[in-house]
Amino acid sequence: MKRILTGFLAVSLFALAACGGGAPAGGSGGGADTIKIGWIGPLSGENKTYGESTKRGVELALEEMGYKIGDKTVELIAGDDRSDSTEAVNLATKMMTQDGVAAIIGPVTSGPAIAVSAMTETYKVPMITATATAPKVTVNDDGARKPFVFRACFINPFQGQAAANFASEELGAKRAAVLYDKGNDYTIGLAEAFRATFEANGGEVIAWQSYGGDDTDFSAIMTNVSALKPDVLYLPDYYGRVSLIAKAAKDKGIDVPMLGGDGWDSPDLDFETLAGGYFTAHYSDQDEREAVQSFATKFQERYGERPDSFAALGYDAAKLLMGAIERAGSTDGEAIRAALQSTHDFPAVGGQLTFDEWGNPIKSAVLLQVQADGTYKYITNVD
Amino acid sequence: MEHLLEQTLNGLQLGFVYALIAVGYTMVYGIIKLINFAHGDVFMIGAFVAVFGFTSWGLPWPLAILVAMLACAVLGMGIERLAYRPLRIKGAPRIAALITAIGVSLFIEYFTSLDFVFGSDYRNVPRVLPERRWEIFGVSINNVQVLVLVTVLVLVVFLQLVVYRTKVGKAMRAVSQDMDAARLMGIDVDRIIGFTFALGSALAAAAGALFAMAYPQIHPFMGIMPGLKAFTAAVLGGIGSIPGALLGALVMGQVEVLTAAYLTTDFRDAIAFALLILVLLFRPTGLLGKTAPEKV
Repeated sequence: MKRILTGFLAVSLFALAACGGGAPAGGSGGGADTIKIGWIGPLSGENKTYGESTKRGVELALEEMGYKIGDKTVELIAGDDRSDSTEAVNLATKMMTQDGVAAIIGPVTSGPAIAVSAMTETYKVPMITATATAPKVTVNDDGARKPFVFRACFINPFQGQAAANFASEELGAKRAAVLYDKGNDYTIGLAEAFRATFEANGGEVIAWQSYGGDDTDFSAIMTNVSALKPDVLYLPDYYGRVSLIAKAAKDKGIDVPMLGGDGWDSPDLDFETLAGGYFTAHYSDQDEREAVQSFATKFQERYGERPDSFAALGYDAAKLLMGAIERAGSTDGEAIRAALQSTHDFPAVGGQLTFDEWGNPIKSAVLLQVQADGTYKYITNVD
Repeated sequence: MEHLLEQTLNGLQLGFVYALIAVGYTMVYGIIKLINFAHGDVFMIGAFVAVFGFTSWGLPWPLAILVAMLACAVLGMGIERLAYRPLRIKGAPRIAALITAIGVSLFIEYFTSLDFVFGSDYRNVPRVLPERRWEIFGVSINNVQVLVLVTVLVLVVFLQLVVYRTKVGKAMRAVSQDMDAARLMGIDVDRIIGFTFALGSALAAAAGALFAMAYPQIHPFMGIMPGLKAFTAAVLGGIGSIPGALLGALVMGQVEVLTAAYLTTDFRDAIAFALLILVLLFRPTGLLGKTAPEKV
C-alpha cells in the first residue's frame, strides 16, 4: 500500500512538474531516439469494430514508413477505452504524464474525444482524432478553438445536411421520423442538422423521438412512429443500436427507406435488416480515385479484407500526424501543433486535405447503400 | 383506440418476459430469504445458450430454449451449491449471503466478457422465425409476440402444476413455511432448495431466450436491467408470492411501455421505479403480499 501511495505521489509530482514547467513530456519516457505516439479507441464493447478498423489503418500507415521519422523510431502505445469517456481520460492522462507521448491519435468516438480534447492544452500534447465527428471536439462550449486538437473527418452538421438533402431531393421524402440517443453528442448533432435542413427543404419532421443509452425495447416508440406514416426514417446512431431499432421498425411494419450516418459503417451492422438503407460515409472503396484504390489494395494485401471508412481515416490521421512531426523536426507539442495547422493539400485517401481554422479538414462525403450480402453500394459524392 | 391496444400488447410482451425472471427471485426469497442477485446473469447465460443453439448448433428454436433451460438449471444448482449452501450450513448472517450473491453476479458478468468465453461484443441475433405480421381489428401483432405470449403462458401453467400438484412442489411449500419443521417431517431441505434454484433458473433461461428473440441483441451485461426490473416487479407484487410476481411484472411492463408511448421515453425507468416506491408506501408488503405471506 505504501509503495502504491509513493508511486501515486511520484506520478502526481511528475504531472505537476510537467504542467508547471510548461515543457511537454515528449521523449522523457523513452530514449531520445524514440518518438512515442498514443492511440485511444474502443477495442472491446459496443463499438469495437470502429477501434479495430481505425487501429489497423494507423498501423498500416506506420508500417509503410517503417515506424521511422527521419532517423528516429516511432513507437505506438495503444489503449482500449471501450467508448467510455472516463476510461479515455485515464488512458490519456497516463500517456501524457507517464509514457510521454509526443501526440495522440484518437479517441475514435465523439464522447471520449471531447473528454480527452479538454486536456490537450494543459499538457501541450497535440491530438488528432481520425473519426470523431462532433463539432465540440475541436471547439469549446463558448465557441473558442481548442488549439491542440485536429481531426481527419468531416463534422456532424455536414453529414446531417447531406442526408437531409438526399432524402428530400433523391428520395422525394416529405415526412421524416428522426430518432436519436439523448445522451450521445454524436447522434444529437446529426439529428439536429438533419431536422434543420429537411425542414428548410420543405419537408416535415413528424416524429422527433429520443431514447436512452440502455434502451433495448423500441416497440412503444415504433408503434407511435408507425401510426404517423413517415416516408423516411433517420437513425443516426452507432451500428449496434441501429440494428436493434431497425428491427423494431420492421416488426411494426414500417417499410420505408432508412437513413443514417457514418456510425453504420461496420462489418457487424445487421445487413439483412438494414438492406436498402442509405448512410453518409467518409469514403468508399468503390471510389475510383487513385489514392483510394492504392490504399484499398495495400490494406487488402496486409489484412486480407477491404477497408471501411474507419480504417481509411485512421490511415489518413496517422499520415497527417507523421507528416507534421517530420516538418516540425521535433517532438515539441507547440511545433507539431503549428505544423499540423499549416497542413496544405496533404495527399490523403479522403482527398487533398487542408485544415480550416477550426482544425477540421475540408472534404466531401460519400453516400452508400447497404446491401443484404454485407457490402455497400456507392451511390454518390456529396460536397 | 387500436393504438392503445397495440401499446398494451407491447407492454404485455415486456411484462411477460419480466414475469419469468421475477418468479425466480420470488421463489428463492420465499424459501431461504435470499435476494439472488445473480439471477439476472443466469437470464443472460440462458439467452446466450439459446442463441448459440439456434445459430451455431443449428437446433430448432423450441429445442434451443429447452437446452438453455437445462443448462441454466444446472448452473443455478451449481451456484447454490458452491456459493450459498456453504454459508447457510455455517449459519452465516443473511447479509453475507446477499453480498455473496452480488459477488457471484459480478463474477459471471466479467468472466463471460472474457474473449475466450462470450467476449464483450454486442451480438445481433438473427431472426428465428420468418417475419410475419397480422392485423386483427386494426391491431398489429407479429409472430414473435405470439411466441413470447404463448411460451410464457405455457411455462406459468407448468410452474403452477409443479408447485401445487406434485410432491416436490408440496415439499417446496413446506420448506418455505417452516424449514425446521419440514426437516423434521423427513424432507431433504437442501435438495428442495437446490430444486428451487434449478426451477427458477430454468425459467430465467427461457426468459433470456425469448428476450433475445424479441429484442435481438445480446451481450454479457444484458441481464442487469431486466434483472433489476424483474426484482422490482417481484417486490411490487409482494416478494415471496408467485401470483404477486406475475402481477408485478405485468404492471411494470405496462408502465414502462405506456410511459414511453404517451409521456416521454426519458422517464420510462424513472416512472416504473417511482411506482414501486408509491406502492410500498401504502402497502409495504407489496400488492399481493400478506403480513405472514404464503411463500413459494
